[in-house]
Amino acid sequence: MENASATSGENISGRHPFFSSLPRAYLNFVGEKLFAFTGTLFGLGAFALITLVVLLKKTRQASHVVHPLMRAQIERAGVRLLPMTSFLGLALGLVIIGQTLFLLNRIGVQNMAGTIMVTVVVRELGPIITALLVLARVGTAIVIELGTSRALGEVEALEALGVDPVHFLVVPRLVGLALSIFALTIYLILVALLGGYLFAFLQDVPLHPSDYFGQLANALTWQDFALLGLKTTLFGSIIAVVTCYQGLAQPLRIEDVATATTRAVGQSVVACVLLDALFIIVYLVI
Amino acid sequence: MIDASIAPAQLHRVTELKEINWCVKPGNFWAIGGLHGSGKTDFMATAAGLQQPAAGVLKIFSQEISDLHEDELLKIRLRIGLVFAVGGRLFNRLTVAENVALPLRYHRNWKEEEAEESVREILELTDLIPYARQIPSALSRSWQQRAALARALVLKPEILLLDSPLLGLDLRQQKWWLDFLKNLSEGSAFYDGRPVTIVVTTDNFQPWKELARQFAILKNNRWHELGGRAELDASDESLQELWAEEI
Repeated sequence: MENASATSGENISGRHPFFSSLPRAYLNFVGEKLFAFTGTLFGLGAFALITLVVLLKKTRQASHVVHPLMRAQIERAGVRLLPMTSFLGLALGLVIIGQTLFLLNRIGVQNMAGTIMVTVVVRELGPIITALLVLARVGTAIVIELGTSRALGEVEALEALGVDPVHFLVVPRLVGLALSIFALTIYLILVALLGGYLFAFLQDVPLHPSDYFGQLANALTWQDFALLGLKTTLFGSIIAVVTCYQGLAQPLRIEDVATATTRAVGQSVVACVLLDALFIIVYLVI
Repeated sequence: MIDASIAPAQLHRVTELKEINWCVKPGNFWAIGGLHGSGKTDFMATAAGLQQPAAGVLKIFSQEISDLHEDELLKIRLRIGLVFAVGGRLFNRLTVAENVALPLRYHRNWKEEEAEESVREILELTDLIPYARQIPSALSRSWQQRAALARALVLKPEILLLDSPLLGLDLRQQKWWLDFLKNLSEGSAFYDGRPVTIVVTTDNFQPWKELARQFAILKNNRWHELGGRAELDASDESLQELWAEEI
């Protein structure tokens, strides 16, 4: 009996079926993931293009309906996040900038403060932290509300009324998030730089405000402003496109909305980090 | 108005509809019967130009919709009003008045105050004034359905498609709907006396016997045109068999 079961559990090469099937199952798994990834990439690309075309083509159409929606999104993703951004800016200033200034002072290179602050806060931490904050607070809500609308058939109802769902639902969110992340990033940077100096001042770092802000001004170039604007609006656009795509561009049931939200967060984080990496190359080149 | 020789696309994938040959003329009042899952919703969505037929030719207002550009299709779509089944799929983040105003404001680029008068008129007509500032989820399904009717009518479409409008309504609400649709089909003041072409789907012909003028059935994935009221009465026995077969 034992012998029989042992024989049935082995294939012709004498290996257990689990082990012999492992590479094939693994390849299937990798293949499936690769196909899904490619599909998502194409889907996101197509959705982004459609949104861009609608944005450009219908700028003036239904402006009395769409523009208030844009303002509402700016309020939601910008104005309402000011307290949270202030808190994060202060924390960033105290934790990173203040300590950095303190350390720079100890090794006697406090004249490097401006360059380091511009590289760390203006170019890197400010934009990415703001983007992640908006993703967490607003991006997830977008997937849930659009996913629910899709699941309840409200999107079909919009089409039946001749209302373009991309124009009515996606464009206001895209514009709102892009402008909000841009504005919030600048606000966060200002609060962080001020908070950092406050911390340094409390630590008795011998750095005069005019020296500190003078160093910052000298370290900043026009490219920093241009790239900061480009980077933050692209972060906003990426988050809007990914979250709207996950909520809207595929048939959903109510029970799928949670999964779509998780997926949107993951994809947005990866896309933002990749874009950030791309900008590092640009910064190194210029 | 609608001339269809189609196999509707399957949006909901409940059933696969075969070829449908159907022609709607101005002033017609069609009642299309079918049990749950017979493809009525897909049929209505296709007839409204929301989805391209899987096969065949669909002409709406003498224009083949597969040949049309998006802008041309939009013009046609605005001449058709569609009321979805079970609550009418209103937007739950907007109030009833905002729901009704949306098509007007979007297509005419009106400010809220510009749409107010038209919205008030249709809300009065449908007895929805007391619910104007409420969000749809706060209303019962029958009032949601009525708000969806108001939203579909606000642009004064020439054809009104209603997907199972009486489903889940009590007798009083059913009577209101039948009276209202009768008024529309005979020419109401809201339409300056012009009769509206109406198509309804139903799982029970009984309430529509006195109102509709043309009858058809979607059954076993096929289209069976019954004809007028006389033919419907005459086919009563075979109709029972048709329903029974499917059950």
